[in-house]
Amino acid sequence: MRTGALAGLSVLELGGMVAAPYCAKLLGDLGAEVLKVEAPGSGDPARSRGPFPDDIPHPERSALFLYLNTSKRGVTLNLATETGIRIFRELAGDVDVLIEDRVPGELEGLGLGYPQLSERNPRLVMTSVTPFGQTGPYRHHHSHHLNLYHASAHSDPFHLAFGKEGRPPPKAGGYLGDYDAGLTAAIGTLAAVIGRAGSGRGQHVDISKQEAMMCMERVDIGRLTNDPNPQPRRVVGGLTRAVDGYLMLTPLEKHQWKGLIRAMGEPEWSKAEWCRTERGRLEHADEAREHIDRWAAGRTRDEIYHRCQAEKTPAGPVRDVAEVREWEQARAREFFAEIEHPEAGTQVYPTAPYRFSRTPWAGFAAPLLGEHNQEVYCEGLGYSQQDLARLAAAGVI
Amino acid sequence: MEVADQGRAPLSGIRVTDFTWAWAGPHGTLLLSMLGAEVIKIESHARLDHARLHSLAAGTVSDDLDESPLFNDLNLGKLSLTLDLRKEEARDVVRRLVARSDVVTQNMRPGVLDRLGLGYEDLRAVKPDIIMLSSSAVGATGPEGSYAGYAPTFACMSGAVEISGYPDEPPSPLSGAVDLRVGTTAAFAVLAALHHRQQSGEGQHIDLSSTEVMSSMIGEAFLEYSLCDRRPQRSGNRDSAMAPHNCYRCRAEKQWVTIAVGSDAEWSALRSVISDPELGDEAFAGPVERWRNQERLDSIIERWTRQREPREAVEILQRAGVAAMVVHTGASIGSDPHVRERGVFETVVHPKIGERQVVRPPWGLEGVGVDRPAPMIGEHTEYVLQEILGLSRDEIDRLEEAGAIR
Repeated sequence: MRTGALAGLSVLELGGMVAAPYCAKLLGDLGAEVLKVEAPGSGDPARSRGPFPDDIPHPERSALFLYLNTSKRGVTLNLATETGIRIFRELAGDVDVLIEDRVPGELEGLGLGYPQLSERNPRLVMTSVTPFGQTGPYRHHHSHHLNLYHASAHSDPFHLAFGKEGRPPPKAGGYLGDYDAGLTAAIGTLAAVIGRAGSGRGQHVDISKQEAMMCMERVDIGRLTNDPNPQPRRVVGGLTRAVDGYLMLTPLEKHQWKGLIRAMGEPEWSKAEWCRTERGRLEHADEAREHIDRWAAGRTRDEIYHRCQAEKTPAGPVRDVAEVREWEQARAREFFAEIEHPEAGTQVYPTAPYRFSRTPWAGFAAPLLGEHNQEVYCEGLGYSQQDLARLAAAGVI
Repeated sequence: MEVADQGRAPLSGIRVTDFTWAWAGPHGTLLLSMLGAEVIKIESHARLDHARLHSLAAGTVSDDLDESPLFNDLNLGKLSLTLDLRKEEARDVVRRLVARSDVVTQNMRPGVLDRLGLGYEDLRAVKPDIIMLSSSAVGATGPEGSYAGYAPTFACMSGAVEISGYPDEPPSPLSGAVDLRVGTTAAFAVLAALHHRQQSGEGQHIDLSSTEVMSSMIGEAFLEYSLCDRRPQRSGNRDSAMAPHNCYRCRAEKQWVTIAVGSDAEWSALRSVISDPELGDEAFAGPVERWRNQERLDSIIERWTRQREPREAVEILQRAGVAAMVVHTGASIGSDPHVRERGVFETVVHPKIGERQVVRPPWGLEGVGVDRPAPMIGEHTEYVLQEILGLSRDEIDRLEEAGAIR
């Protein structure tokens, strides 16, 4: 039995790429027993997506797959075969949670939808993570992360304020929107599991990635939905350029503004009347910005960062991944951990952003494709070695 | 979800004593409140949640504490209890409330609550199985544990900003969503701790770093650095392998659609829609060629999109099997037919602001919804003291005289 806050929770994952696998990873990293089901041959598309060392594709060396699939065991199973469907039904028969990301209606067509699975396992919590949810006119729309990110009004708020005319808004780096959906799905899943203790039965959790993302932008979406003529956005501070890169300053509150002025050595301009009130500072945001930019241009990010923080003013350097890895604070908190993997070697992984005082993070390396077939099918479901060979030959596993 | 709104909300019966303020912390307890928990927000006129005054998003400042739409959006359904924590009598009320709570959440600078005698060890003494979540800029431990931050600074320090935006422009500082991601992560951690308590009877303390939240949401970039010895760069709307992969202008200015092609099947589908013979060129024969020549590819595609309205283009492309979507602004998404049919917005009536459209909870869980606006400051002070803590009129009057409940 594993340890961790979610020890004892059993999870079956039928997911690919980012959102559903991230949901299952979040649960697995906290101790849930996660079994990932992949198609024989190619497996999770993240295995062929990369990035790979030296750009040479290898199903066990995809950085994307390795990160998103820690703390899981893995089997292969072909749901295009009758036997594969029967075995999946067995696997889903006594788990607490099923996380899946198939096109709405597909599993139901195979006899593996929520109504069918919950008949045999009424305590099942089934979480479906799809681009636009199980209902509505877009439920069958195709969508990659780029499409979804922009379709959820995330690219808009800052671009409206600061973007260049004529250029479309850029997306966030990586797969942020898919992570949003995976995290949202993990909350819905755990809430249903916790609620099950009272009701005695599970439920179907319908996660639309678009809605999960909209909820993450609820303030700006709410503002613009309710107010057709919004005031132009103004902020005091913002991104500035130091000698060695960019830095963010957010002197929002009065004491933080005063702290910034002290950090800057109480320059003459800061004694102006407009500096005294927040309204004044917002109205003169451009002027303040010019002064800040001029001051920052002669200093390093770290100097400004520590000087402002010493005055209790929020500041933060823009860092790349290598700089985050070297950051003393991250080291002291052991945010990164080395994990050994038979094909990818020992690599440095981000762990989790929370430290539980009693139940520590419990991550381990992602499974090889079909790594636990024998353990799960023979020891778990009682198939013989001969059965296993027969299933493999028939393309079922 | 077939019987949505009929069952009991999953967290009904769970009480949260909530010290959080600003954006991130309140969004976390908003989610717990949506899931059915009773969230009691501890506020004070002496130390206001600045979301009641500022609207960072709109760049406006208000003098009325009860008419901030920003505050409303982040505090729907909560109760407000005013307490001046500098007074011992107020701290005593906190201890009594925590003794009747399941969860305590806070995002003050690390150490502040401890100095008030309300740290985890103190609260555990009055409620042994209490779950306490402390959220901060860079975590409560380590050499920079006392450092402060807001969403834009967390995002910058996490590595996420460096890879967001155009390569020839400064990085994009992302948006308020960064704070909401921190709050969402906090809600997840609290649920995990509640699950553990359900199984074992044990509470615990959770130390959450906002910067680490954002780093863990670009985890593959750190793996790329470790495994491939590469630092990912920002690339606008382009992808490291897929092409075409961009925003394309439609007929009107500032109207865009996204198109992303990830497989040969999608490419054939795109070609079936855009009949331009130039797409048959050798330069676009395979995925590698398309990626190398994507600027030319983009201009051919844009010739087609520029003749169309966004929704019209998306409809044609989706019917053929191409991943294409409208680029929505905060103002346009509310009129999207799919969003409307799914009922993503709910109407909440706020006594000062009036009717507000708010984004509903994102899970489709039974018994989960938005039923109340955010509280007026101190709106539930009497209720909490009388109904939850069972204080008498005399005791409440004494608290009032001591200036403890303002």
